Amino acid sequence: MKILVVEDEPGMLDNMVRSLEEEKYVVETAATYEAATEKIHLYKYDCILLDIGLPDGNGLTLLEELKKQDATLGVIIVSAKNAVDDKVAGLNLGADDYLPKPFHMAELHARVKSVLRRRKFEGNRLLELNNLTVDPDERTVCVNDVQLALNRKEYDILLYFLSNRNRLVSKTALGEHVWGDQIDEADSFDFIYSQIKNLRKKLKEHGAQLEIQAIYGIGYKVQAT
Amino acid sequence: MKLLNHTISYLAGILFILITGWAVLLYYNLLDEIYDSLDDGLANYKLLIMQRAEQDSTILQRHNFGEFNYAIKPISGPQVYTYTDVYADTLMFMENEQEFEPVRMLKTVFRNGDNFYELRVINTMVETDDLIADLLVSIIWLYLGLLASILVLNNFLLRKTWQPFYRLIQQLKMFRLEKQEPIRYGKTNVQEFRDLNEAVEKLIRNSTNTYLSQKQFIENASHELQTPLAISLNKLELLVEENNLNEEQLRLLSGAIGNLERMARLNKSLLLLSKIENRQFITEEEVDINQLLKTLLEDFEEQAAFKDVSVTLKEDGECRAQMNPDLATVLVTNLLKNAIVHNYQGGAVQVTVQPGKVIVANTSKEEALDEKLLFSRFQQGSQVDGGSGLGLPIVKAIADLYNYAVEYNYTGMQQFSIVFRAPAKKGEY
Repeated sequence: MKILVVEDEPGMLDNMVRSLEEEKYVVETAATYEAATEKIHLYKYDCILLDIGLPDGNGLTLLEELKKQDATLGVIIVSAKNAVDDKVAGLNLGADDYLPKPFHMAELHARVKSVLRRRKFEGNRLLELNNLTVDPDERTVCVNDVQLALNRKEYDILLYFLSNRNRLVSKTALGEHVWGDQIDEADSFDFIYSQIKNLRKKLKEHGAQLEIQAIYGIGYKVQAT
Repeated sequence: MKLLNHTISYLAGILFILITGWAVLLYYNLLDEIYDSLDDGLANYKLLIMQRAEQDSTILQRHNFGEFNYAIKPISGPQVYTYTDVYADTLMFMENEQEFEPVRMLKTVFRNGDNFYELRVINTMVETDDLIADLLVSIIWLYLGLLASILVLNNFLLRKTWQPFYRLIQQLKMFRLEKQEPIRYGKTNVQEFRDLNEAVEKLIRNSTNTYLSQKQFIENASHELQTPLAISLNKLELLVEENNLNEEQLRLLSGAIGNLERMARLNKSLLLLSKIENRQFITEEEVDINQLLKTLLEDFEEQAAFKDVSVTLKEDGECRAQMNPDLATVLVTNLLKNAIVHNYQGGAVQVTVQPGKVIVANTSKEEALDEKLLFSRFQQGSQVDGGSGLGLPIVKAIADLYNYAVEYNYTGMQQFSIVFRAPAKKGEY
């Protein structure tokens, strides 16, 4: 999988590249509009992370260019502006997703995986971890081909964990992903614990071979057992 | 007291003194003139009688007044030489009025041949009491008439004159710095009003500029903070993912991350507030508030359950609002969040939907809250809970944007109501 990160902030770029490389993606970078244009003409990418606030041009114009070239290319807009217009314009131009800064790394991975999954129709669209299989289109979870009865939020939690396996997922990142922006009071993240407890119980009952490990004070890590 | 009545009350006082003084003066002058002309008449009469007496001595026998206006009686003695003309007021019985009336009498002495006679000539006189009464009535009428005409003039003229002032006041009452509505100054030739208009215009321009630059600063600051915040947060996340950290190090990192996240949320809320105030949410559609409440209450389910807060939704009617759907979500989310967060373990939240109105009530440890502080930024104990302290200000900002009313009541429960209503037409206050 080849990913192009278009980002003019060196610190931001460095973080994204490091984190994406840990997932064994081939990551290339462009810090300017010009460099990005050059790269998309020369190489083929599976996914592009596009900062629309570039110093020498608007990322939205670049997006148009990209879509003209290859309509199946996955594009995620990354923006510090969090402006509704940009979001709407970007999605109208064919972007797959819109990620406002600041974001959690776990969120970035979940979005990238989701885009790659959706774009690779011929590939395996199922997520698997040992005997656990998740079908994101059907929103079903099976352990050894036996379907689990999960509610919407439990399913979202599990999918998020699978997109971030072997990676530490903070409570905040998980809370914001599953419950949205309203979960923004520090004390309200504690309730996530009881949700995880239910999920663990259901997974254990069906003999799923994975472990949701609590990392002190910060969050969780999902690993195969 | 209105300026109009203020001037009139002064004028009434001054006029009263002035007219009273003038009336007294007029009375005495009038009386003086009347006496003068009466006395002249009497003197003339005297001469006529004296001439008559020389030709016709029978009139010398007229000792009493009778039907005539004079009486003559002979006198003798030395007093005749010291006698001078005396004008005096006296009373006389009038047949027609059947009472004593004042008369003016001239008493004099003349000589006819060798005899001296005392002549008394009278003339009926103004009745001073009647004169005073008449004068008083006229003066009261004059006074009232003057007051009335001043009142009318004032109302008409002053109102017209002060119109630019009232116009300005009316607009200043409605003026809100954040709304940026321009003040329309009426044309005026009055120097003072021109000065006032200029002063107000300058004041407003300065305040507006200050307000805008401060707002701009907050926006820029929040915006510029986003990227460094994002970088630091992600760097810490990368560090946490290194597997060689011990629990103590993780705990420290977790604290740093938590606070950075809080800062990011705060920043986001500030940016949201700016955007609402800058009217950057343009698209509007009819939002089904009932449906929205149900969806959002489902999202809050786990949180409420964790806090053991029972949430009830009572639908007394359909509520729809013409507004931006994202803002509708933010509005309702903030209300519900507020009700759940500022609650106690085992408390309750009651949501009631009525046509055009949503009421969210929650149990709370606190008593009635200060409404003024409630909607101002970073107030009350909300920050203690790790909240942004911007939840209710955002609710207020959204309500203000659409001219909805936010009502707060304490009924044993903290109760917030949003009254959705049609936005006021332009130019309507």
